[in-house]
Amino acid sequence: MKEKIIEKLLLFCALLTIFTTLGIIAVLLIQSFNFFKEVSFFDFVTDTEWTPLFSNKRYGILPLLSGTLLTTLIAVLVAVPIGLIIAIYLSEYAPKKVRSILKPSLEILAAVPTVVYGYFALVYVTPFLQSIFPSLSGFNSLSPGLMMGIMILPLVSSLSEDALYAVPKFLKEGSFALGATRFQTAWKVMVPAAFSGIAVSVILAISRAIGETMIVAIAAGQQPRLTFNPFVPVETATTYIVQVSSGDVPHDSIEYRTIFAVGMSLFVITLILNNISFWLKRKYQATYS
Amino acid sequence: MINEKSQKSIRRQKALSERLQKISKSKFYLIQDEVFKYFGLFCTILGIAVLIVFLFNLFVTAGSRIDWGFLTNLPSRRAAKAGIYTAWVGTLWILVLTTIIALPIGIAAGVYLEEYNKKNRFSSLLEVNIANLAGVPSIVYGLLGLELFARFIGTGESLLTGALTLALLILPVIIVSTREALKTVPYTIREASYALGATKWQTIWNQVLPASLSGIFTGMILALSRAVGETAPLIVIGALAFVPFVPTSVFDSFTVLPIQIFNWVSRPQKEFSVNAAAAIIVLLSITFMMNGIAVYLRHRWQKKIKW
Repeated sequence: MKEKIIEKLLLFCALLTIFTTLGIIAVLLIQSFNFFKEVSFFDFVTDTEWTPLFSNKRYGILPLLSGTLLTTLIAVLVAVPIGLIIAIYLSEYAPKKVRSILKPSLEILAAVPTVVYGYFALVYVTPFLQSIFPSLSGFNSLSPGLMMGIMILPLVSSLSEDALYAVPKFLKEGSFALGATRFQTAWKVMVPAAFSGIAVSVILAISRAIGETMIVAIAAGQQPRLTFNPFVPVETATTYIVQVSSGDVPHDSIEYRTIFAVGMSLFVITLILNNISFWLKRKYQATYS
Repeated sequence: MINEKSQKSIRRQKALSERLQKISKSKFYLIQDEVFKYFGLFCTILGIAVLIVFLFNLFVTAGSRIDWGFLTNLPSRRAAKAGIYTAWVGTLWILVLTTIIALPIGIAAGVYLEEYNKKNRFSSLLEVNIANLAGVPSIVYGLLGLELFARFIGTGESLLTGALTLALLILPVIIVSTREALKTVPYTIREASYALGATKWQTIWNQVLPASLSGIFTGMILALSRAVGETAPLIVIGALAFVPFVPTSVFDSFTVLPIQIFNWVSRPQKEFSVNAAAAIIVLLSITFMMNGIAVYLRHRWQKKIKW
């Protein structure tokens, strides 16, 4: 009897995770529904202006998405090549001792709170970049993008390393037996064989960068604009939510509902990306087991 | 005759140059290999080096700003008088409350999934769901907390709302690490316990959980160190930057260190930027200390227990 009650209690705790998901979906759906009663969905996805806080209100999410896309792209361009090289170095080259020191130190990069990276981007990176590119604005997408790239470096490197590790040993040994160097083996045998696993790390990196808030809120500016120029201020979707939340917007106003429509977009995009990565991961695990 | 000889020598020369080429080519590959080794080391150290340079700058900027007054002063509109007293007390409150809420639920859910769950569609639904929750941007949890806790349940912009929101945020991490820790306990331990007549729950409570406790705590501390640095969800639920008093109950409004930092960074005056740097040093000390404890625990746990 007691056993049964305990089991039910534990089950309830596990079910809380399902309720969380349902809660997120319900909250986003209800408020987005209220939002789309006043703004047409077509305008939302095609209008090129986002000005809900001004008197001339326009509700096109494209400028916010372009800001998000731009910072994400810069971050991924930094994190993916470097992360992959780190993964290859750690798994194929590094002596055991070096590896056991370097791997945990890399994890420190992921442990630093993002608000701290935001400060670094605004106070250190932007002035440094301005000394190279004088036309760089005080708020821009380049500097937070670079900082975000460093932040997601451990994510990319550790997932890529897992992927390389999953490649069967005989492929590597076969390549060595043919006289190939570690470099040749890594790039011509291991990386192609681990391709889908590396793709998983790239997709999760993108997903993480899209949802990242504080770095871009501090250093990228609050000016929604449809541009792919990394030198000018932009506003990302996450920054907009922070901007509205830290201001005095009355509840149940259209401005208040915009953050849920924007949040819904973020949720859907990251959900899709995450599930693509799960699917890929299952596929590559099935290939090699 | 001469022709044949020269042909032979030409052939020999060709073979020789081919061999030479091969040697130089393989030498090239060896050099390439060696160069890449150092390049890889360089890339690995790059991120850490950047961080160290920034940390050094941080101490140069604000090392002298941290004194007793900075830790015990209330927030102020004048930078030199402003302190982080309310901020770090708020962070401590959030830390304790989030632990109280998330730890039992996370462990219970982990135990259910690892020990009770049968392999069926329901269990794979639970697993996919948890993996998905771990990938939801933290700011979306803020939106959930704002509507569900702050407005629907009515806990407002209080410590309780903040802690509940962060608890949901770190729950997937705790569940996953609990399961990892439970997995390391060999099945023979469970069988021995059953053989002595213990029930399933007795086995879990008396054998499996104690054996995996340090693993569970490692995951818990890592999850909490993430919660301490979280800013966005707390801003969304309405935590204020300017709280002129220290919270005394879970229903009080609050601020935390990251929000205080965000607020100071956003101001144009240089003095506030120095304040932000000083507060960052305090925040980083907390996160690094927690991570250090987690690494130490994991290290000791891996060394000590050999089944």
